[in-house]
Amino acid sequence: MTLNTLWVVVESANGSLTTTSLELLSHARTLASNVAAVTWGTGDHAAQAGEYGATTLYSVGDLGGALPGAPVAAAIAALVGAGAPDAILVPTSYDGRDIAARLSARLDRPVLTNVTGLVDEGGLVTEHPIFGGTQVARARFSAEGPGIVVVRAKSFAAEPSGGAAATVVAAPVGELGAIGAARITATHVEEREGPKLEEAPVVVSGGRGLGEASRYALVVEAARLLNGAAGASRAIVDAGWVPYSHQVGQTGKTVKPTVYIACGISGATQHMVGMKGSKNIVAINKDPDAPIFQIADLGIVGDVNTVLPSLIEALKSRAS
Amino acid sequence: MNVVVCVKQIPDPAAPQSLDASYNLNRSGKLILDEADTYGVEMALQLVDQAGGGEVTVVSMGSAADLAGVRNALAMGAAKAIIVSDEALRGTDALGTAKVLAAAIRRVNPGLVLAATESSDGYTGTTPVQLAELLAMPSITFAKSVTVTGDTLSVARQTEAGYDEVTAPLPAVVTVTAGVVEPRYASFKGIMAAKSKPVEILSVADLGLADQVGPAGARQQIIDVVTAEARQAGEKFVDDGDGATKIVAFLESIKVL
Repeated sequence: MTLNTLWVVVESANGSLTTTSLELLSHARTLASNVAAVTWGTGDHAAQAGEYGATTLYSVGDLGGALPGAPVAAAIAALVGAGAPDAILVPTSYDGRDIAARLSARLDRPVLTNVTGLVDEGGLVTEHPIFGGTQVARARFSAEGPGIVVVRAKSFAAEPSGGAAATVVAAPVGELGAIGAARITATHVEEREGPKLEEAPVVVSGGRGLGEASRYALVVEAARLLNGAAGASRAIVDAGWVPYSHQVGQTGKTVKPTVYIACGISGATQHMVGMKGSKNIVAINKDPDAPIFQIADLGIVGDVNTVLPSLIEALKSRAS
Repeated sequence: MNVVVCVKQIPDPAAPQSLDASYNLNRSGKLILDEADTYGVEMALQLVDQAGGGEVTVVSMGSAADLAGVRNALAMGAAKAIIVSDEALRGTDALGTAKVLAAAIRRVNPGLVLAATESSDGYTGTTPVQLAELLAMPSITFAKSVTVTGDTLSVARQTEAGYDEVTAPLPAVVTVTAGVVEPRYASFKGIMAAKSKPVEILSVADLGLADQVGPAGARQQIIDVVTAEARQAGEKFVDDGDGATKIVAFLESIKVL
């Protein structure tokens, strides 16, 4: 172990640390002898952070409605001033990316993003899937740390270590002025039925091949019948057919279900990165040369608007 | 209100991509305006219209040899462009890029800076917020709608669960998601007008950033690039009306059904 200390930025949702945060803590403790977590908000996460390997939990506390990026980065920067870790790991999320970017500029330290692997080779080496995940670029920081590493969801397994509750240490923000002035005034939750996209054992996703927005209902119906979640390609999210929360891919969610059924999705680089880790892949596409077929365990060359309704009928008749 | 939009000319994402000997993305082919940036340009034009005054400036870092992509933004209606172009910039990382853009943007003193959430070539996704920190401005990322009332910015920001309403005082940096507005097509008149709009080309020395860019300024290096573990393609059938049956059989074989 050449790494002494790693800090992990951990986020909470619904009273628990997020799965990606736990994945990062779990992996961090295999790389470094000292792991500290940094979090914000009013919840008490000392026990869970400790259970997954953190000995210290730096708590920025209640942000008073501020958007987390600037204040959390400022608090971490102040901690670094008092003693820097070898690197700071951050989950890929809306707030995670803001924190990493703010921290990078504030500390004048580089940031590496889209990381899916982290190994110790006499120093931290990061792995980044490129070109649709067909190749992996391996990188390292080449100057004084701490480098900032933004890690994608599902890169590592979340495994408890059975550690005792972490010692909570307050991490004050200090005066921020204009940069900390972004405030959340209201929060809206878009209700969705069925399992969460990132956790569903079956994901049925739709793309441009559906032809028009109304046919996305077929994808939703097939997903429901399979007790799964409905996903989407960037193309149809950008076109406004489906909300962004359904997007699978580089810019969207990473999914690794038991089976991923791609309906009318050609398999752009941007999409493949988010679903390539699925255990099984089924693809339905009109174009026999669509890149999605290169990674599909079962490929059906055909019109999704014919195949999907037949599949729905078949699933319904099994259920009844 | 004057608005700056950060844009990037990138290799066509639909064309095959490759790395050069220094592991930099090969940019020797034709470059296009990143489609993700067209939403920011459109949003900026609409906000300036609504404010009843001001202009849109596009700011970009990259080769000035072919500016067709930047001209496209001017043809949409932006008033002028500032390009930072220098051989010394090759291999610059996200933070170095933010330093370059910040130095260029300070010359314009805008009320609002817009950018895409991330470029469609590098996908780093940190430059706009690094830029905000360097400019000492608040930032709101992943905007799905943007309104400006007086000196206050209101944004609907994507979240994992839905969206948040977020406000900040101007000046500020906002990153917009694709689909936030429908980008206009450049008119013939716009295309003709773009040819005579001012394009200022700056060097790294002009901005006083010589030691902070390029591979040395990046303070990170790619060690190697390896082939990822390949997924084997399985069976592929042409649908003869039995496509659904084959899928059901497959789902049974993996015990999903």
